[in-house]
Amino acid sequence: MKTPWVDVERVRVPALLLIVSALLATLTLYASTYTVIFITSVLMYIVLTMSWVLFSAPTGYISLAPAAFFGVGIYTSALLGKELPLLLVILFGGLASLCLALLVGALTLRLRGIYFAIFTFGLVELIKHLLLWYEVNMTGTRGRFVIVVDNNTIYYVMVTILVVLLLTVHLIKGSKFGLALQSIGEDEDAAAHMGVNVNRLKTVTFAASAAFVGAAGAIMATRWTYIDPYIAFDPLFSFMPVLMAIFGGLGQFYGPIIGATILAFLEEILITRFPYYYMLIFGSVLVVTILYLPDGLAGLVPKLRRRISGRKRAHSGG
Amino acid sequence: MRILEGESVTKNFGGLAAVAQVDFAVHRGEVVGLIGPNGAGKTTLFNLISGALVPKSGTIRLRGENITGLKPHLICRKGVARTFQSVKVFGHMPVHANVLVGALFGTPNRMSAEDANRETAELLEFVGLSGAGALPARDLTLANQKRLEVARALATQPEVLLLDELMAGLNPTEVAETMDLVAKIRERGITLLMIEHVMKAIMCACDRIIVLHHGKKIAEGTPQEVATSRTVVEVYLGE
Amino acid sequence: MLVTILDIVIAGLLLGGLYALIAIGLSLQYGVARVLNISHGEFIMLGALTTWSLHHALGISPLASLAVCGPVAFLLGFVIHRTLFKRLLRNSGSPAVFEANSMLASFGLLFIIQNVALITWGPEIRGYSYLAIPVDLAGALFGANRLVTLGLALAIGLAFYLFLTRTRTGKGIRAAAQDPATAALMGVDINNMLALCFALGAGMAGIAGMLISMSYPVNAGMGLEYTVIAIIVVVLGGLGSIPGSFIGGFVLGLIGSLVTYFEPGLALVAYYAIFILLLLARPTGIMGK
Repeated sequence: MKTPWVDVERVRVPALLLIVSALLATLTLYASTYTVIFITSVLMYIVLTMSWVLFSAPTGYISLAPAAFFGVGIYTSALLGKELPLLLVILFGGLASLCLALLVGALTLRLRGIYFAIFTFGLVELIKHLLLWYEVNMTGTRGRFVIVVDNNTIYYVMVTILVVLLLTVHLIKGSKFGLALQSIGEDEDAAAHMGVNVNRLKTVTFAASAAFVGAAGAIMATRWTYIDPYIAFDPLFSFMPVLMAIFGGLGQFYGPIIGATILAFLEEILITRFPYYYMLIFGSVLVVTILYLPDGLAGLVPKLRRRISGRKRAHSGG
Repeated sequence: MRILEGESVTKNFGGLAAVAQVDFAVHRGEVVGLIGPNGAGKTTLFNLISGALVPKSGTIRLRGENITGLKPHLICRKGVARTFQSVKVFGHMPVHANVLVGALFGTPNRMSAEDANRETAELLEFVGLSGAGALPARDLTLANQKRLEVARALATQPEVLLLDELMAGLNPTEVAETMDLVAKIRERGITLLMIEHVMKAIMCACDRIIVLHHGKKIAEGTPQEVATSRTVVEVYLGE
Repeated sequence: MLVTILDIVIAGLLLGGLYALIAIGLSLQYGVARVLNISHGEFIMLGALTTWSLHHALGISPLASLAVCGPVAFLLGFVIHRTLFKRLLRNSGSPAVFEANSMLASFGLLFIIQNVALITWGPEIRGYSYLAIPVDLAGALFGANRLVTLGLALAIGLAFYLFLTRTRTGKGIRAAAQDPATAALMGVDINNMLALCFALGAGMAGIAGMLISMSYPVNAGMGLEYTVIAIIVVVLGGLGSIPGSFIGGFVLGLIGSLVTYFEPGLALVAYYAIFILLLLARPTGIMGK
């Protein structure tokens, strides 16, 4: 019997990654401006979703704060965009979000998960009010103008953020910190008693996830020329990552990525065709997913596999 | 030498004193039993020692060092490990990963990944779970989950091990096997403090017994002394 | 000086009455049905905009709209609980899982309801004038509409208190809030109880929306802020404690009035500061378990 020249099983995933990476790296060379802009949005959603997954998936602490960190990144861009080179602006956007997350984490992660969720839920409104008050009373202006950056640059920055994020997630998952995070999600008390510094680990991971969201916000801000607290702090950006992660399924690494990609495509279609209905549809997708597909799309894969192999067995049996 | 001791340890919940000015001392190498009717404060005392709760007043010392009110992960690294009354394994994680967490995070000195893995394998063998390494912890039987908890706690290289009702819910065979395990742990030089309701186990395995009732220490002594103490008999029969 | 303090206090009570009402609604939903309904504010919004529509299109007085907002919101809540949350309860393996899932589901609900409102009423800010007659109280002027709001909030609070303590169903609710398992053993129809409480919470939100529309402008996006305030009050009063939510509402209203006097626009920030301070100091709230 001939042995295959290439072990297809083992080469499959790396090959896929290589192809996708090559396509993404060269996108600006062959794609239209519209496509570049669109893919940038898709990548942005993957960044938001995977950062959410980085912290909330293993620990079980549901964060509804991504919109707050995104907004902080946006505002950092607006504030510093004219003073500093782009790269520093992005870094500061990430840094500002990281600091906010450290503060929020230090205060609320020592509490039960429900309090943390509640606090992060209201964080968007809180910061919006704070900024509005500040702008009305202190600076006298409402909103700011953001520097303009060309679409290709925005695209490559987003790709870079995504790559760094995915590497980070992958490394953490395989490391002892990933193990510790999981143990926190399983039984926080027991984890603490086995030597895991739960508060510190939770806070640091939360801060790391926020940094990526902040960086993404900082670069995306350059697409909108004018921002104000209402535009920057939109609860939608807390909703979408959660929806995409759950829809895609938290059981596998690729689950949230697939979820984000599919729903980002859906958003694009809906915004052009049914702009008045898309929140209705996405809200329904979340509800339906929670009810009928709790493990998301990734959860379907093992079920489908079993069904397929089951059928095979039935056919090959005597 | 007193390895673990407590002085006037007190804890209130609302208006109720769960633990009321308890003095206790455990010597290195001893096996000490902690008994008392339900609600006597035994698990609360464990929680105060391990750092899960902070005492209202009183001091707890490990090797002479004051550990009162320290966070659980610090107390673990200083050498006190425990199992839980309601088994708290990391259910969705494989058995070996459960033990690995202890080995990687709970030891006084950092262990390399290699050493930790080796230690994990050794401990799984020690408690008799070698074959189950890859199974999710929640798929184990209750008796095996309890053994897993022991292995996990041992992975943190403790000097003192607190066992909270290790025998609860086990049939007589399993109880006997667990008693063997306790003896083996003792042979390793680890000091043991055990909460138990299974009298036979306590009487056989312990050097000394402390009796709690309504949060207070009402008796202390050898198994013989405690068994014949009128106070203790009254408390148990009077219940 | 005294006049100013009195003004602040009265303004605080007016605000507090409203907050108390929204908070009791959420407290019922979380305390009994164990659903942290973050779409609570959207029910308020629906009540508000429905009242506006009835007033604007048919000239119906808001007080009369009470007969529509309350029951319709109640029914909506009942249906939603029966179709969504009840099923979720069955699917969820543990109370903790249900708590997380139901909160997320209500997050989805938030966007569904808001979108429906946007389609129906558009994003514009709506308002109307009703009973805007100034009434002189302790030297300051307050709109009669706001006094009516306080009166109604107190009346509903009292009625609800009597309902909880005097009627059989009410006692069942209190039992279910304290200990659902035992309550079920004692013959309380738990299934209907959960839906009932959720629906009552929604009904109260609808009524609160009606009251808000009498004194403030309303629009499809108004819900979120009220949800956040309701949550803060519920935590302040002790998660799951209905009397706690009532008192907490007034406490927060007074604080809001005080802060607004010195620095309008920072009320929510002040609420949040209190929120976080309370959580750190005493996570169980004023009257929490």
